[in-house]
Amino acid sequence: MSVNNVAIQETPMTQIDFEKVKKKQRTISFFKGMLFLLPSIILFSVFLFYPLVRTIYLSFFLTNAAGETTVFIGWQNYVNLFTSPIFLQSIKSTFLFVLYTVPITIIISLFLAMIANEKLKGIGFFRTVYSSTMGISVAAASVFWLYLFHPSIGLLNMVLKAIGADGIGWLTDPNWALFAVSITTIWMNLGFTFLILLGGLQSIDSYLYESADIDGAGYFYKVRRITIPMLSPTLFFVVTVTIINAFQTFGQIDILTQGGPVNSTNLVVYSIYREAFMNYKFGSASAQAVLLFIIILIMTFLQFKFGERKVHYQ
Amino acid sequence: MGQIDLINISKSYDKQKSVLDEINLSIEEGEFFVLVGPSGSGKSTLLRMIAGLEDITSGTLKINDKVVNHMPPKDRNLSMVFQNYALYPHLSVEQNILFGLNAKKIDKQEQQKRLTETAATMGLTELLKRKPRELSGGQRQRVALARSVVSEAPLCLMDEPLSNLDAKLRAHMRIEIRRLQKRLGLTMVYVTHDQVEAMTMGDRIMVLNDGKIQQVGKPITLYNEPANLFVASFIGTPKMNLGKAVLNEEQGQLLIEDMLNLKVNPNVDDIPRNENVTIGIRAEHIFPGTDENTTHHLEVVNVEQLGNETSIAFDIGSELWTAKWPGQWDITVGDVVPVKIDMDNLCFFHSDTGDLIKSAKAGKKQEVVLI
Repeated sequence: MSVNNVAIQETPMTQIDFEKVKKKQRTISFFKGMLFLLPSIILFSVFLFYPLVRTIYLSFFLTNAAGETTVFIGWQNYVNLFTSPIFLQSIKSTFLFVLYTVPITIIISLFLAMIANEKLKGIGFFRTVYSSTMGISVAAASVFWLYLFHPSIGLLNMVLKAIGADGIGWLTDPNWALFAVSITTIWMNLGFTFLILLGGLQSIDSYLYESADIDGAGYFYKVRRITIPMLSPTLFFVVTVTIINAFQTFGQIDILTQGGPVNSTNLVVYSIYREAFMNYKFGSASAQAVLLFIIILIMTFLQFKFGERKVHYQ
Repeated sequence: MGQIDLINISKSYDKQKSVLDEINLSIEEGEFFVLVGPSGSGKSTLLRMIAGLEDITSGTLKINDKVVNHMPPKDRNLSMVFQNYALYPHLSVEQNILFGLNAKKIDKQEQQKRLTETAATMGLTELLKRKPRELSGGQRQRVALARSVVSEAPLCLMDEPLSNLDAKLRAHMRIEIRRLQKRLGLTMVYVTHDQVEAMTMGDRIMVLNDGKIQQVGKPITLYNEPANLFVASFIGTPKMNLGKAVLNEEQGQLLIEDMLNLKVNPNVDDIPRNENVTIGIRAEHIFPGTDENTTHHLEVVNVEQLGNETSIAFDIGSELWTAKWPGQWDITVGDVVPVKIDMDNLCFFHSDTGDLIKSAKAGKKQEVVLI
């Protein structure tokens, strides 16, 4: 009897203990996890989350030159933007800029990556050359192109003159300026895109190509049926990153054109910079920044929604 | 047709030591030919040279009496199955199988006809719409085979196709591949490092080591009359028991590993006297001794009960010998058991060169008795 009693009493006791101990363990492990996340949380909060919230807050106010809020004006900053021809021009230029730079960058670097992926003697040299623009800062690259574009002593116009054509005001002609900045940007982005695509190409199993060789597939058939589909995750990544980068272009504009001539290269980020630090209209600048954030968010969302369907993950 | 001739084929990378050295070989039509050797022996390289995926450094490769050294893989009219199957992960089973036919621009109706036939024979009809990652190892293997069958090439090359499968499935696929080859009359060149696969599947086997041919022949010939010590120890499980031995003529005795004495028939003539040789004996030729015929008593160092047979290990000098006795024997480690070792079952090899002097006389006869 007494043995039985002890057993019956103890069973529920241990069950309750189990639950408690488990709960305690879960709490401890949660705090441990949080502890590991703490450095990132602090860094992100200080440099990302707080500025984001602050920007949204500022976009509903008028500010003084020091950036302090003066009058709450609700959506007025946004309304002003959508009626401002300069801002609309800026949005249009930005989209054009993305359209000029992204496809061409990717096509050229894909081509370079494919020729640099062949097994040839001295291929390391070409790989280094093709990826070298990654190691050049925006400022250095812009200055370098500034000289190439120079109307009288620039190499491009000298070549044009040598073949008997008229010189082009690359950075001073409103019809050419955006195009010139695009060329610079394409050149600068090539290195990074090339490197990522080359990495993607090299991770494709060589057995697939050998098998296709035995099956009698030609070069372009292999490119179409093996290379492009197997590279699609890398391509998708590169497209997404290049688009985001293009929307955020600033350095080369600042050095090459300062948004001119006639605002033709006044891309959104440069426009934000001008509004905030030249015109001291932090409210309007914040509203632009928020709009840019939303545009990039939508673009990336659309890409994941529609582009990812064509991506073959292994 | 379907006949491959290799004449003095060599391969070296960057003019360094050669990977393959003067390979001469002829593979007949409709033959299941197995290339076997340890890893790094050059067997895969040889196969890839036949396929046209590797350059031939020197020598002549003929397929159907035509020199094909310079031809790209697609003009050699062959198919190949790779070790990791090389299935296209982004294509469905159907697209995978039809990949080659599409590339060769074969008529759509013909494609569909071949697809349905092949899928039916390989048991893939239900799986045609799936992607490779949704298949099991055995199913992927079958897709790889189907891709090779659908090309209707008379020559099929296989590079360790079963090494990614588990043991049970491997045994099953061995039989399936063999049947498929016989039914379609394919000439098959099959590379493996697994001597069991080689023994069970091949019409003929070529043993390759360090880029040199060790022996070419029927599986049973390789087993009974290994051309050298390498083949002797490579073919057969457990491997042939080897030991150093000296034939002492005056005493009429063969002394193995300074431990086992064997009476020698005085008229064995072809074995060098008073000289170091290496002898080999198969595990199944170390018989349990009876009262009349026991020649030695040996101490057991390990026993493996396999159910249908018992594997017993002995220390013989510096070597570990294994005996396989049919049936179940109640022996424990440390027992001293009587065994019978017969002179007729010994293979003799030169100790220096490793070449065979004399193979076991009683090999075949005894085996029939045993089974």
